Amino acid sequence: MIGLIAHSALLVSLATVVFGIVITPIAIRGERREWLQLTYGAVYTHFLLVTVATVAMVVALVTHDFSVSYVAAVGSRTTPLLFTVISLWGALEGSILFWAWVLALYAAAVVWVHHRRPGNLVPYAAMTLLVITAFFGVLLVGPADPFVPVFPVPADGPGPNTLLQNHILMAVHPPLLYLGYVGMSVPFAFAIGAILSSEGASNDWAHLSRRWMLASWAFLSAAIIAGMWWSYEVLGWGGYWAWDPVENASFLPWLTATAYLHSVMVLERRNMLRLWTLNLCVSTFVLTIFGTFLTRSGILSSVHAFTTGNIGYYFLAFIAIVLVASLVLVAGNSEHVRTKANLGGVASRETVFLLNNMFLTAVMLTVLIGTLYPLIAEAMRGVKVSVGEPFFNRMAIPAMVALIFLMGVGPALPWGSTTWEEARKRLVPPLAAAVVMGAIAVVAGASGVYSILAFAFVGYAAVGNLREYWVGMSARRRAHGENHAIALVRLIGGNRRRYGGYLAHIGILLVALGVAASSTFRSEREATLFPGESLTVAGHTVRLKSVWGREEPQRSVIGATMDVLGKDSSVIGTIHPRMNFYHVSDEPVPTPDVRSSIRGDLYVNLMAFESIGANATVKVIVEPLVPWIWFGGLVIVIGAAIGMFHGGRRSPAAGGRAPLARAASADGTE
Amino acid sequence: MKRAWVLGGAAVIIAVFAWLLFGGLEKNMVFFLTPQELLAKGTEVVGVPVRLGGQVKPGSVVWDAKALDLRFTVTDGAGEMPVRSTGAPPQMFRDGMGVIVEGRVGAGGVFDATGLMVKHSNEYQAPKPGEEAHEKYKTLIQQSAP
Repeated sequence: MIGLIAHSALLVSLATVVFGIVITPIAIRGERREWLQLTYGAVYTHFLLVTVATVAMVVALVTHDFSVSYVAAVGSRTTPLLFTVISLWGALEGSILFWAWVLALYAAAVVWVHHRRPGNLVPYAAMTLLVITAFFGVLLVGPADPFVPVFPVPADGPGPNTLLQNHILMAVHPPLLYLGYVGMSVPFAFAIGAILSSEGASNDWAHLSRRWMLASWAFLSAAIIAGMWWSYEVLGWGGYWAWDPVENASFLPWLTATAYLHSVMVLERRNMLRLWTLNLCVSTFVLTIFGTFLTRSGILSSVHAFTTGNIGYYFLAFIAIVLVASLVLVAGNSEHVRTKANLGGVASRETVFLLNNMFLTAVMLTVLIGTLYPLIAEAMRGVKVSVGEPFFNRMAIPAMVALIFLMGVGPALPWGSTTWEEARKRLVPPLAAAVVMGAIAVVAGASGVYSILAFAFVGYAAVGNLREYWVGMSARRRAHGENHAIALVRLIGGNRRRYGGYLAHIGILLVALGVAASSTFRSEREATLFPGESLTVAGHTVRLKSVWGREEPQRSVIGATMDVLGKDSSVIGTIHPRMNFYHVSDEPVPTPDVRSSIRGDLYVNLMAFESIGANATVKVIVEPLVPWIWFGGLVIVIGAAIGMFHGGRRSPAAGGRAPLARAASADGTE
Repeated sequence: MKRAWVLGGAAVIIAVFAWLLFGGLEKNMVFFLTPQELLAKGTEVVGVPVRLGGQVKPGSVVWDAKALDLRFTVTDGAGEMPVRSTGAPPQMFRDGMGVIVEGRVGAGGVFDATGLMVKHSNEYQAPKPGEEAHEKYKTLIQQSAP
């Protein structure tokens, strides 16, 4: 019954979407603007209908309605309620449904926020979103239909993939990822809308899309960090990033989106890079679809490639259509969109932004080609190869280290041009911090050039960004006699975009510091211990107390209880690494236990146990500063949120360069 | 004229980038080989990182828990390769199971593993009675029950 309702809702919504797509050009070409209400109506109606289908799926999951194919595939009566609800995105069909719902939500929000804007940009953007929606609508009634009736109805199901029901972060990471990925359709829609409405020669589409991209970027940043955390807590090897194809898939659009967030500033301030910015919108969107294709087609072996099937061909076809259509539209209008180079001096902020975009693009291409190379090698040379971490580390890390350095240079330089004398005054002092940080790294035992440079540049950029707050605060204190806290709050409030951006920089630097420290100074040891025996790693000692087993409804748990010993051999805590055997799978899910402090993590994973519990083999890893990565993720999100809710200074309604001039004068302080 | 300079500069940058990229790929790619293919390469692969894929030869697994020394043989039916690994085997490591071993052939013709993955494929054989997963932890759970 539920399946029938949901299925009908999806069919009707697909028809609505197709109607919305067809009516839009008719309304615009026929100069019947009142008909555009039908486009917007289609967007809202679709949102309601997909919401019905999604709620129906959640109800079916929670009530264990095994007559619905998706529930029969991922449901189980023994799975705890929370994991039953979140299995909505635990497998292919459900995740496509959830994707469609998030896309419908974004489309409805875009129409809601922008529908009063005159001109054809918003209608065409809405139409573009409907075209993307139609693709997912076709998947949902075709190859990824989650509501296929099952007969006879099974009494119980296998439950979700065991890796996905082992940790609470599975309730957080996928929704964030979808909010990030799907949100990147919106800037793409504005880019395509700009071309279709011949508004490509103005910057309005960029003004309109910036906040949507910033929000999506914040979601994607948080999703990547949450994914790293999940991998750290569940996979049991004590790492958070392995350049796995699916990790790369989430990183690729993040890189182009980051490039966009910088190039759009150059566009707004200096009226250059318009075509490039447009291309970044298109690439970011294509990379999100491509990432989904990698995850969902099973074309590359990966720890995350959960599904196989013919859905890959649909994605390939869609990617091809999007690429060809975008190429034709962008190339056909490039002369119209293009801006003239308008560089100020060499020592200027736009130069740094150009370099930033160049390095981000280089990292993106490196990761993209490294990810795809096994396919290329197999197709062209018939050999099976894999491209491992060394390639990515050797190729991408130098560029990323350079980007950290630029993060300190950009904020210090003004737009336009400056004298070398002035530039030197701003750029040289933070070098002291770089020397200090580099020296600390060397004393602590770092030997790799890029590792030492990473520490040094984190110091450089941290001072570069923090100094901007300090200078601004000092100016306010002198001018208005405010105390530190009030000066800081008003400073940020006065230019949220700018100071939100610097805060996001500091978040990235915290992540970079955590990554650099934990990968450079990681120590690990493995040992088989009998109760009472202990193991010491980098000054941290753990002693095995007991090995035990416990039965839970959906799984059997084997664990080791270990005492953590302090310097004087007193017990300062206990740690319980476990191994969870889910009934549906032969393979245990590692469940390491982590003891965190501001200085770093003590990470213990149970590797093996003797069948009557006589001994246990454990791996103990000491990783400095890992929690800084998670905290940095939070700071990034806060920075992005501050930057998003700035005042409506740049009114998008007035076209052409007028808003630019106004913005430039309003910010004349810089 | 200026445009030509810009285009020329861009072409040089792209060429250098592509050269670095594909050079890096050639140097860092890891071949996936079966024991037969690995043996056929002879001394050519000594010291070169490869991924060895095959099945664990029944009866070949020897694990010294205290020394964390694991030895087994990987076979593809046509060739056999002895493997040595330090560290605990994956919990469900069993005779006949598909594995991918990352590492390199040492001087003595033994494969030194740096990574060990259990492979989920059609080659997977269902465990025989008495070898099922729960057999391994059943005793411990019964023993721990209050």
